[in-house]
Amino acid sequence: MELSLATRTVADHTVVEIGGEIDVYTAPRLRERLIEMVGAGERRVVVDLGRVEFLDSTGLGVLVGAHRRLRAREGSLTLVCPHERLLKIFRITGLDSVFDIYDTVESATSVPR
Amino acid sequence: MSTVHLAFTPDPAYVRTVRLVAAAVARRAGVADELLDEVRLAIGEACSRAVALHRRLGLSDPIDVTMTDGGGFTVKVTDRGPAESAREPGETTLDLMAQVAIATGRVPEDEDALAAGVGLALLTGLVSDLAVNETPDGEGTEVRMSWPAGRRLGRAGGNG
Repeated sequence: MELSLATRTVADHTVVEIGGEIDVYTAPRLRERLIEMVGAGERRVVVDLGRVEFLDSTGLGVLVGAHRRLRAREGSLTLVCPHERLLKIFRITGLDSVFDIYDTVESATSVPR
Repeated sequence: MSTVHLAFTPDPAYVRTVRLVAAAVARRAGVADELLDEVRLAIGEACSRAVALHRRLGLSDPIDVTMTDGGGFTVKVTDRGPAESAREPGETTLDLMAQVAIATGRVPEDEDALAAGVGLALLTGLVSDLAVNETPDGEGTEVRMSWPAGRRLGRAGGNG
């Protein structure tokens, strides 16, 4: 399955729901979408990885880039990731200390400013 | 011992194809189900790294992937980049961990450079038996990965 991207608003956050595989081939599309969102003024972004089947280093690079762009504009990028197989990737690369990662969209969007 | 060998044009679109083939061959070789996700990810990372290298150097030569199951499941991903691209992955991993841990503000500006570092971190983290070496002809780099495997197909399946 290739990449799917859907955006919705939940409690003052913009939630990007990603489905399918984020890899060296599909990651540029995710990068473009996130850059567009930041350009359009979105500041509180939640990336929902709940339906992601595969994530590689290219995808992680895109997430870190978006995180940095948002931080530079006093925004935030929060991740939702309920899957151990993906959480392991964040731990191995040390990126679990960079991102705030939640189990559900509800918990990610109820974080106080 | 059986072998599956493929060569692909350095295009990101084919990395997924290689992952799919690799997972199927690994399963047939008897790699445990719980390792298959790691096998898929590690082989994908090795291929992504090779594709990025070829594209950066403007090389259209194919990237070689050889999978063998003799005593274990071994995969070799071979690029045609110069030998200096075969750096010790451990050092890069440590550099990356330090950089990332300090603050995201200090992460390399270039997402591709960051991804390359993260890719090596993943390779070293996922594959306990990993070697990155210059190819015997000195004109490329070979990433070699191995996982334990036991044949799950009985002799009734023949030699095929």
